[in-house]
Amino acid sequence: MPETPSQSVQLRYFAWVREKMGRAEETVTLPDGVATVSELVGWLRTQGPEYEAAFARPEVVRAAIDQTHVKPTAPLAGAREIAFFPPVTGG
Amino acid sequence: MAVRVQLEDFDLGREVAALTAGRHDIGAIVTFTGTVRGSDKGAPISEMTLEHYPGMTETELERIEAEATARWPLAASLIIHRHGALRPGDNIVLVVTASPHRQAAFEAAEFLMDFLKTRAPFWKKETRMDGSGGWVDAREADDAALDRWQSAKT
Repeated sequence: MPETPSQSVQLRYFAWVREKMGRAEETVTLPDGVATVSELVGWLRTQGPEYEAAFARPEVVRAAIDQTHVKPTAPLAGAREIAFFPPVTGG
Repeated sequence: MAVRVQLEDFDLGREVAALTAGRHDIGAIVTFTGTVRGSDKGAPISEMTLEHYPGMTETELERIEAEATARWPLAASLIIHRHGALRPGDNIVLVVTASPHRQAAFEAAEFLMDFLKTRAPFWKKETRMDGSGGWVDAREADDAALDRWQSAKT
């Protein structure tokens, strides 16, 4: 079985997720076993205090893959840009 | 059909005139303007800052507009949404819908606003007169307004 090449993705943060992270974006390499948005959130929460703070209540953080809204169960395969943000409040 | 995300203010009269100039297929124009309220739950506001997700915002607004155009016979439509630092009384958003008859224009304008409020990636941050403030919470009423259109879909 050929080895799967590791997937590098751009993460973007908005509103209070960005403030709690202390940065607006970063590039990460997805570890093995992280295949969905909720698995990514679960892994990010173990990466440091700022991640823990930003994703303390994962149910209130929304996600978009390549600028399209997605559910927590959405697969990350092929994703280039993954954004995390609170529920939107425009209009 | 057009979408604009901008720092600058807009002029309702000028936008409607430009959208409908030379058009004789329009019998009804509905406009909605959203503005910054001067207080939130009784606390006076000094400033409202709107953050957005450049790229996704435009894409999402275009999707919403395409959905409205597919549901109603619109002759023209326009969505303008501002971002950046705004003050009480300032314009935030403009929706214009034009159609041969009023019902489509009314319904499409309401639909565009309901979808925009729950789908377009904007976030409001308030600064109160006393210096406190924070990110505005999403309202459950906005989700309920959206559900109305989804249950109506056949």
